[in-house]
Amino acid sequence: MILKIQIDINIVGKKLLEEHLEKLQLDFTLKGIGEVEINQSISSAKLKELTLGLRKYGIEILESEKDILIQKIKDAIIEMVYMEDKLPITSSVSSYLSDKLKYRYGYISDLFSNITFTSIENFVKLQKIERAKQLLSNSELSCSEIAWKLNYSSIPHFSSQFKNVIGLTPTTFQRIIKKRREARNDE
Amino acid sequence: MQNDSIFVLLADDDEDDRLFFKEAFSNIKIKTIVKTVDDGVELMNYLTQTGNKLPNILFLDLNMPRKSGMECLKEIKKLEHLNDVAIAIYSTSASEQDIEDTFVKGANVYIKKPHDFATLRNLLEEVITINWHYQTSGLNRDGFLLSL
Repeated sequence: MILKIQIDINIVGKKLLEEHLEKLQLDFTLKGIGEVEINQSISSAKLKELTLGLRKYGIEILESEKDILIQKIKDAIIEMVYMEDKLPITSSVSSYLSDKLKYRYGYISDLFSNITFTSIENFVKLQKIERAKQLLSNSELSCSEIAWKLNYSSIPHFSSQFKNVIGLTPTTFQRIIKKRREARNDE
Repeated sequence: MQNDSIFVLLADDDEDDRLFFKEAFSNIKIKTIVKTVDDGVELMNYLTQTGNKLPNILFLDLNMPRKSGMECLKEIKKLEHLNDVAIAIYSTSASEQDIEDTFVKGANVYIKKPHDFATLRNLLEEVITINWHYQTSGLNRDGFLLSL
């Protein structure tokens, strides 16, 4: 037996989108064909889940070329900061990035500043501090070992940059994290 | 996602401070929507009522009548639906002890209220920019501490 079926592709697409967005508990508005506005911030994990979930049905989430490049720059910086070995020194970050991304440094640097409200240098500094925070909270490394690993010229340089960025010294930071954990465990 | 505006909520009983705060946000680069409430009770009512839009970042005055900022902070940390809200303490006092206590209780940012408008604007811009990085760059929120 053959069943004749009529499919309204627009309705299928709309329903599929709605179902996936609702499954992820996102607050959204469908804006005509091919555009959805997400009325909240969305984590990259959720965005990935959404992308993969929709891909099965031939629905692709499009990003602009520039957004993709920004993401690549961030990924490259994060990969660099989280390298197991010692970090490249700050002055060679620009050649590291232009080699890796195959763009002139001036171009990626301008693009980055225009879109993310911060310079690449600042982002690297921020990420290094993030890495330091992670090492301070989860590793047995001493401040001098962390300073060496992240390629700061000296412990005072590391401490002062840390304090400069987050307003607390590495030791105070470590003490707060430790107390927070103790408080959580007491509950 | 890069162009979304950030929803900022302030709980402060001082009317002038609320005005300055709103004014400061009207001239920073990142797009924001700012809402204010007058004290801790009003704040907790807002945060616990279903259907209300939750802030990306909450600025909390420590000294408020009816319910203090510290009490709000403790309650907020017990509410799971508020896990993703960054909390900035916005206070006139800045004793080392206050700062450390609020961080231990789960605050992310501590700002001592500055005396002039230009400094306020710069501080708030810095906080929002860093918070924005936490929102968009997948940084670990557990380590989000900032004292200004």
